[in-house]
Amino acid sequence: MLKKKYDVIVIGAGPAGLAAAIEAKKTGAQDVLVIERAQELGGILQQCIHNGFGLQTFKKDLTGPTYAQRFIDELAELHVDTLLDAMALNVTSERHVYVTSQSSGFVELDTRALVLAMGCRERTRAQIALPGTRPAGVYTAGTAQRFVNIEGFMPGKRFVILGSGDIGMIMARRLTFEGAKVERVLEIMPFLTGLTRNYVQCLLDYDIPLQLHHTVKRIIGNDRVEAIESVQIDEHRQPMLGTEETIPCDTLLLSVGLIPENELSRKAGVALDPVTGGPFVDEEMQTSVPGIFAAGNVVHVYDLVDWVTQAGLLCGRNAAQYAITARKHDGRRVRMKAGENVRYVIPHILDKESLAESAQLLQMRVTLPIEEPVWVEVMNGEERVTRKAELYVRPGEMVNIDLPQSAYDAVQRASELSVRVVRR
Amino acid sequence: MTQEQRKLICITCPRGCALVVTVEGETVIKTEGNSCKRGVDYATGELKDPRRMVTTTVRVKGGVHPLAPVYTESPIPKPRILDLLAEIRKIELTAPVKFGDVVIENALGTGVNVLASRNIPAKSEAS
Repeated sequence: MLKKKYDVIVIGAGPAGLAAAIEAKKTGAQDVLVIERAQELGGILQQCIHNGFGLQTFKKDLTGPTYAQRFIDELAELHVDTLLDAMALNVTSERHVYVTSQSSGFVELDTRALVLAMGCRERTRAQIALPGTRPAGVYTAGTAQRFVNIEGFMPGKRFVILGSGDIGMIMARRLTFEGAKVERVLEIMPFLTGLTRNYVQCLLDYDIPLQLHHTVKRIIGNDRVEAIESVQIDEHRQPMLGTEETIPCDTLLLSVGLIPENELSRKAGVALDPVTGGPFVDEEMQTSVPGIFAAGNVVHVYDLVDWVTQAGLLCGRNAAQYAITARKHDGRRVRMKAGENVRYVIPHILDKESLAESAQLLQMRVTLPIEEPVWVEVMNGEERVTRKAELYVRPGEMVNIDLPQSAYDAVQRASELSVRVVRR
Repeated sequence: MTQEQRKLICITCPRGCALVVTVEGETVIKTEGNSCKRGVDYATGELKDPRRMVTTTVRVKGGVHPLAPVYTESPIPKPRILDLLAEIRKIELTAPVKFGDVVIENALGTGVNVLASRNIPAKSEAS
C-alpha cells in the first residue's frame, strides 16, 4: 500500500538506487520508496551476467546478478517499499512525483527528499549518424545483451561490433559462447576505450580481431544487414580513402557510449552540466534543487559498479538527513497567500516559531490603486490575525505590515495566511 | 637454461596491470609490472595452466525469464571452456531456481561446480 508522503523516494532500482534506498533507511528515514520501470529490481546488473563486480565493495569477484541480489536482499530486510513496473512521469521542484503503474494506477506522491537514480542509456545509430541503408540488424550492445542473457534469443549469427567499450567487448565473447561469429571489433579512437582486462579475456582469448582507428563507413543491406563497409581514420578523424573494406555480417552492434538519462531531472528544474549530461551536484550529491539528490550513472558514467554503489550510499545518507530535518519543520510552516487586491506576499513561507523570537515583516504589492483609507488585513480564513490602516495604496508603492508577536497563538492554528487590502 | 620474457596483462582486477614475466623453461623467475601479489599468482597460473571464470545462461522451464545466469565457482582450464558451454547447453532447469543452486557438480571432472547467479522465481510465484 502506497503512502501519500515519504521521507525518501528513489527513482530507479539499479545499483545507485538500491544503495541509496538502503543507506537512507539505515540513516533513519522512516518511509523509503523505490520506483522502478522494470518488473524486477537490480537494473542493468541483471543482464550483466559476467563476473568482475564487487572486487572493491565485497572483496569478491561476483557476477552482475549476484552483486544485485545482495542489495535486493538487504532492501527487503530493511522493509524498503518498492513499486515495480512503474513509470515516473513527472517530478516537480517541490518533490511532487507523478507515477503510473499496472498495480497502483496513476498516483501522485510527495517526498521530503528525492533521489534521482535513473542511470544512463546507450547512444544509438542516430546519435552517431551512421550512413547507409536502414535494414534490420543494427542494435546497441546493451539491447543485444538483454536479448541474449535475459530473453533468450540471438539477434544474429555474424557480427561486427563498433566501439571497444566494455559492453561491446563483453558481448563479443558472449556471442561467441552462443555460437555466433564475431568478425571484427572496430574502434574509431587510436586506443581501447574499455578495460584492458576485457581486451584479454574477451577478445584475445577467442581470437576476435580488434582494429583501432577504424569505423563503419556505411551499412549495406535492404531488409537485413548484409555487410558493413569499414574505413580507417586518420589523426584528424577523417576517413582515409582507399582503406575501405567490406565485411560481410548480418548484425552490427553499437557500443559507442552512454548518456545519463535526465528527462525527469529537467522536468524538476535541476540544472544539468553540459559536459557530463548529468545534474550539477555538491559534495552531498544534492542537485541545484534543494531536497533533490542524484547518484550513479545519472550524474556521470562510471566504469565500475563499486563506485556507483559508493555514490548511492553517500547520496542516500544525505537524502535521509535532509528528510529528517524537513520532517521537523512539518506543520511548523505557514504559506503566505495573496488575498483580495494583493499580487504577492514575501516571504512566501513563514516558520511559525519565528514569531517566538520577533515580529515578522510582510511585504507586498497591491493589484489596483485605492485612493482612500484602507485596511491591510492578515487573515487565517475568516479569522483576522492582525490589521494595519493605510491612507491609500498604489501598485508602485510597496506595502509593509508587521506580523506581531502577539499573533503567535493565532498563527499556530493556521496552515496558510492570506493578506488582503480592503476599503475602510 | 636461457631466460626469456613474456608479456601478459593481469585480468584479476579492473586495473589490468601490464606484466613482464621472466621465465626459464617452465619456471617463473621474476614478475614485474604488477601492483599487488595477485599479479604474481596470475602470471604463474597463466603460463602453466591458464584458467578463466565462465559465465553463461541455462534454460529454465516455467520461470519469469526463460534463462538463468550461471557461473563457475572458480576458474576452469581455458581449453575446456567450449566443452563446458556445450555441456551447459544440454541442461534445462525447472523454476524456481535459487541463487547458489548447483547446476552442474564437478563440471567435466574439473572439480569446479557451476552455480546459479540469481533467483528465477516460477511464473505463478511472481504474480
